[in-house]
Amino acid sequence: MPSPSEIALQVSNLEVTFIDSDGTLEVLDKLNFSIARNAFVCIVGPSGGGKSTLLRAVAGLIRPNGGKVLFSGVAESKAQTGLVFQKPNLFPWRTLRENISLPLEIDHRPDAEISSLTQEMIHLVGLEGFEKAYPHELSGGMAQRVAIARCLVQDPEILLLDEPFGQLDALTRERMGDELLRIWNERRKTVLMVTHSIPEAIFLADRVLVLTSRPARVIMDLPITLPRPRTDAMRYLPEFTEASRLLHEQLKGSTAPTN
Amino acid sequence: MKEPLSASTKIDFWQRLSRNRALLLLLSLLLFLLIWQMLVIVLNLPGFILPSPAEVGRKFLSVLSTGLLWRHFSSTLGEILLGLLIGISAATLLGYALSKSPLAERLLSPFLVGSQSIPMVAVAPLLVIWFGPGLLSKVLICSLTVFFPVLINTLVGLRDVPPELREVMRSLRATPAQTLRYLEIPAAMPVFLGGLRIGASLSVIGAIVGELVASDRGLGFLINVGRGQYDTALVFVAVICLVVLAASLYGLVLLLENKVLSWQTWRKEA
Repeated sequence: MPSPSEIALQVSNLEVTFIDSDGTLEVLDKLNFSIARNAFVCIVGPSGGGKSTLLRAVAGLIRPNGGKVLFSGVAESKAQTGLVFQKPNLFPWRTLRENISLPLEIDHRPDAEISSLTQEMIHLVGLEGFEKAYPHELSGGMAQRVAIARCLVQDPEILLLDEPFGQLDALTRERMGDELLRIWNERRKTVLMVTHSIPEAIFLADRVLVLTSRPARVIMDLPITLPRPRTDAMRYLPEFTEASRLLHEQLKGSTAPTN
Repeated sequence: MKEPLSASTKIDFWQRLSRNRALLLLLSLLLFLLIWQMLVIVLNLPGFILPSPAEVGRKFLSVLSTGLLWRHFSSTLGEILLGLLIGISAATLLGYALSKSPLAERLLSPFLVGSQSIPMVAVAPLLVIWFGPGLLSKVLICSLTVFFPVLINTLVGLRDVPPELREVMRSLRATPAQTLRYLEIPAAMPVFLGGLRIGASLSVIGAIVGELVASDRGLGFLINVGRGQYDTALVFVAVICLVVLAASLYGLVLLLENKVLSWQTWRKEA
């Protein structure tokens, strides 16, 4: 167990219930886990199982019905989280540069700082030369890189990624994975990422959490011991295959109704 | 490139013509005047039924030189600009307030929809009774005509702000004022400007309706005078001024659209 100071995020007994005209829908049920500082943790689970809800609750977009989200042992510490969505969600009337600088403008940073930090981010995600392009002129992969840059420019403690590569083709997806690891290596953030892809989770993460279907609980917490930096060759190691098998079996079991 | 030279230059000429919009506009205007003049000559119509373009031109120059035209034109222009200012501001403010309160919107929407189907021509006499034949009633009629299309489009524009972009603003912990500035205003702008375009054209109609009901100045008054004196050329001058006024207002909004919505780069190609 890491000591409390090394824990970046602690989720304890988190409960989220949606109420609508059809009644109540229990999405998260007494969810517990914690993440060490600078760890890369992936969450897999059946679709519609509350993974996005979990990220939104951690980001403070949803008020939980019970339980707590603690950052470095403190509740709501001006929530140092940045959220990247499944879609890039860029502002179509803003150029690439203006999209990345938006969080800084909202934060009332001085102009000089905005421009230097934004340029740094554009360099980090490798989009120099496209500063003045509008979102509709960018490819899916480029747009998602802008979204990641927009999130990183706030320098959040914890990066929350909600299936960020879900809408990209397989090859772009792998390249974006490599890119993400490179960025993570340079910036060293705590990352909590939701994904549908078991290989993606194993390739990226230090730990993979498996959630059950609604109401979601953690049924597996699998450490990935592959060394870093990760390379494509590791995808064929027995460890990789074994992790893949374990996760797959667990996921198959978790989609069946649990009682 | 094996076509005969004559044919290719011919195509070239028509192609170049169809691309030159200013020239085409001029050409269609000339054609229109020509047909008009021909009609007067062929049907041998008296001037009080259909004055010839030349007569209208002479009338225009004479009322221009006496300052009569400018006096009435400027008073109509003033009513329209005041009406636009009041109508647009009221509609935008109410539209924003209603978009923040779905309950109020649902309570008010029957009236909004209903009042849109009331022809302004029918309400204008009432407003003249209540507010007198002076400037006030004209400005009110004008701002009411502008009010509804702008209000509806403000509402629709704000309601259609993509919820996922709202979520981005929330995840960035933006204040309501920042959400308005960075998200809602730019996102609602295309639809809002669409409403403004309709409102700008309607504002001219609104002012004229008011003036036709009761007034002692304005282009609508000039039309009434011309009609009473069988001075049809004067009516034509007033109507043409109105068309130019309405077209200019419309053009101004188009210019604004091109400037504000320049991020929609596909607009330029269209």
